[in-house]
Amino acid sequence: MPEIRKTEVEFEGRVEERETIVESEGVLPWGDDARLTEVGRPVPRVAGKARVTGQALYTVDVDFPGQLVARVLRSPHPHARVTAVDAPSLEALPGVHLIWHRDQPPPVSTFKGRELFPAEVAYEGAEVALVVARDERGAEDALRAIEVSYEPLPFVTGLESALSKGAQEALCGTGGNVINPEGRTYLRGNLERGWERAAVSVDLSFETPNASHSPLEPHAVVARWEGEQLTVWESTQGVFSVRQDVAEALGIAQDRVRVVCDFVGGGFGAKQRAGRHTLLAALASRETGRPVGLRLRRREEQVAGGYRPASMQRVRVGAAEDGTLVCIEHDAWEHMGAHGHRGYAVTGPTESLYACPNVRTSVRGVRANSDRGRAFRAPGYVEGTFALESSMDVLAAKVGMDPLELRLKNCAAEDPVSGEPYTSKGLKEAYEIGARLVGWRDRRGIPPPRGPWRRGWGMASQVWGGGGGPPANAVAKILPDGGVEVLVGVQDIGTGTRTVLSQIAADELGVGLDAVRVVVGNTEAAPYGPTSAGSQTLASAGPAVRAAVRACLGQVIGMAAQMLGKDGRGEEAFDARDGEIFLREDPEVRIPFREVAERMDGYTVVGNGSRGPNPQGRRINTFGAHFVEVNVNVETGQVRAVKVVAVHDVGRVINPLTAANQVHGGIIQGVGLSLMEGRVVDDQTGLQLTANLEGYKVPTIMDTPQIDVSFLNRPDAEANSVGAKGLGEPPIIPTPAALANAVSDAIGARVTHLPLTPREVLGYLQRESERPS
Amino acid sequence: MSITSQGPGPVDVTLTVNGRSVDVHVEPRRTLLSVLREELGLTGAKEGCGEGNCGACTVLLDGHAVYACMTLAVECDGGEIRTVEGLADGEELHPVQGAFLEHDGYQCGFCTPGQIMAAVALLERCPSPTEDEVRQGMAGNLCRCGAYPNITASVIAAADRMRQKDA
Repeated sequence: MPEIRKTEVEFEGRVEERETIVESEGVLPWGDDARLTEVGRPVPRVAGKARVTGQALYTVDVDFPGQLVARVLRSPHPHARVTAVDAPSLEALPGVHLIWHRDQPPPVSTFKGRELFPAEVAYEGAEVALVVARDERGAEDALRAIEVSYEPLPFVTGLESALSKGAQEALCGTGGNVINPEGRTYLRGNLERGWERAAVSVDLSFETPNASHSPLEPHAVVARWEGEQLTVWESTQGVFSVRQDVAEALGIAQDRVRVVCDFVGGGFGAKQRAGRHTLLAALASRETGRPVGLRLRRREEQVAGGYRPASMQRVRVGAAEDGTLVCIEHDAWEHMGAHGHRGYAVTGPTESLYACPNVRTSVRGVRANSDRGRAFRAPGYVEGTFALESSMDVLAAKVGMDPLELRLKNCAAEDPVSGEPYTSKGLKEAYEIGARLVGWRDRRGIPPPRGPWRRGWGMASQVWGGGGGPPANAVAKILPDGGVEVLVGVQDIGTGTRTVLSQIAADELGVGLDAVRVVVGNTEAAPYGPTSAGSQTLASAGPAVRAAVRACLGQVIGMAAQMLGKDGRGEEAFDARDGEIFLREDPEVRIPFREVAERMDGYTVVGNGSRGPNPQGRRINTFGAHFVEVNVNVETGQVRAVKVVAVHDVGRVINPLTAANQVHGGIIQGVGLSLMEGRVVDDQTGLQLTANLEGYKVPTIMDTPQIDVSFLNRPDAEANSVGAKGLGEPPIIPTPAALANAVSDAIGARVTHLPLTPREVLGYLQRESERPS
Repeated sequence: MSITSQGPGPVDVTLTVNGRSVDVHVEPRRTLLSVLREELGLTGAKEGCGEGNCGACTVLLDGHAVYACMTLAVECDGGEIRTVEGLADGEELHPVQGAFLEHDGYQCGFCTPGQIMAAVALLERCPSPTEDEVRQGMAGNLCRCGAYPNITASVIAAADRMRQKDA
């Protein structure tokens, strides 16, 4: 019987208490003696063949007979008033089915409280009109045929100018650009007392850039009505969130909206909910009676698809002479765009990484004329860790300690925020393993590189959630041929979710991996599952899958017992292994799983499973450490990331092959943010100069350092029944901090602004050379 | 004012795609990518940028890797095109496909068809590449997920397989 329970769930650095309906999972955590054959094995991805043959269906590949092409006309100004829209009549445009704009609005004219085609456009790329045509060419021609008159308005682009006195309003009538002047604040202990005890102090300011997610598949949707039923194919991380948004926007019941997404071409946080494009396509499809596809072009994606908000941060750290932290103050401002919110958990690492008794933090969101800042892989934590861990290195130098020793000294034994113990924490081990692998303690003995190159070493720590939690559900079915279908309402955004959930299901049933098929990304097929974000997918859905499959197995064993003439024996008298059900006390009494299924003659065994509550009074966190070696050319300012040693504690590793790949990807995106990524906006025009994949530098294969990945691989039985924690976000968190520390080490000057482009590095070198010695 | 685009109307283009001859009747402004995807239903090649920056649309034209988004269909008249859909021999994957599968040379998979075609072209002109040569050869293909270490490993492994097959 399901019961209503309170449980604490962490998402992207914020802990919330949820009231949720939970059922007993009906499974105990796997113990040391659990016989796991698929779990823990480096299995190639189950949907890999579709990917390598070009058969994998992405939203941009969905093409129905008669499908129309929608395109959006977007503002070429960072801030303007739309004074007139002059669109030709549809009769003048062969093959054009529909044009919507301010004066000719769609039947639903707002989305999430904002007009679809507002009079005031507050960012380059804001929607001004929609055209729907027979094909791509017709849509392109129609876009060109629309003339829009704008009255340009004053704009503000950067954080600093948005915060300056008398700054222009990014959005008219808001009375200032700070979204939450009171800030999201946190305080523990007593700052005054802390500073009194501080013998040494550090006071530094940091900046990080607006960084575009740049998924290779831009935001895209195909909408199709069949009578009163709407199906939305959306390139998304969360089909259920999209369903909710679309149903609410259209004012219809959720059961009338089905959302499907088979493969996603990257999301990284940018594709968590329905967008304005989603609603426009759904409305256009209803209006025209045809399927309508709308995909953003690259330029649109880069100006309107979202970005990691730029940050300005100030960190003040006080410590005793022996390096013991006594107080930290951390204030952050985030560039949230014209319609953004109050900001992400930039100061989360400062609150939770070290055992420091007195801590005060604040985060404020700031409006500026850009699209909406969005969650991007460990939002806030990447930027905050950069600031905190840079400050720790400066502190280490001041107290005359090695950076690693300073961190070991201040490592928190329990969660500093709640005072609760962790379910597991392997941070000290991660430090030690990483230090050994990179040769940290012998690093000064290596001869320096020749010519203009200088070598530097840096390290940084990672803390993040990743514990997941309810609600997450799964349904498993045993098909008449012994096949197993597992339906889960999550998404596989490239992390390998399908594969690890298949491994879990296969081991629970004692069948081979090829007998299992996991279906994700379909609101109609699967019960509710969380959005694949916040490193919560595996730790939430994994236990639900185990429970669902176990519920099936109980029924299969019941049938097997009857078939074996052992009706009186309970479920626990039997076990399942190698595709057979057998009596524990007499393994010769056995029957193949497949035979049981076949003899059920079309009766489908169905099992429900749901994620149980998180443990009370315990914090679930992931931890890790990165050690980086860089070479810096002091003549050109070029930085080469040579080597990254990454050690992560994420509980049990279900699939070492895909897990290592996740770490590679996080590190490479971290290298991008550290060295090359960042939107460049022209102050004179307010327009982005980097709105394509040439100007906006994402790392190429040539920018890839040597990467050495290790996992502690210690199952966390207290966290959940599969013992695994999330891994999506942890590997990007410490990379920029460790890289910045390494560059600072190489050039002998503290770097505080990302990205560390050659120009930026030369600036540090020049200021250092001009400093009176 | 005429609002439809000016210029010559559709023209006939003959292509050999994955060994089969096909005739299409398309406007000269159409790219090879749009013809492959929209006219021929070959959606393996992807549009990641539409301007020759990302490589997700890479296909082979007369054995050379090209960005299909930067190639007009009319330029390919009489040419031989190979796409990711034409690599496998029935159920048997091409060694490059097999290596990407085994070495997890992708994450989301969107760039994968382009990566694989770039690798096929690389290995045809350089059957025993060093790691550096692989990186040089694959530098025109972006993977935003950052699966690069495994992409390098996949291409090296594919080279081994192809040499063994030829031996």
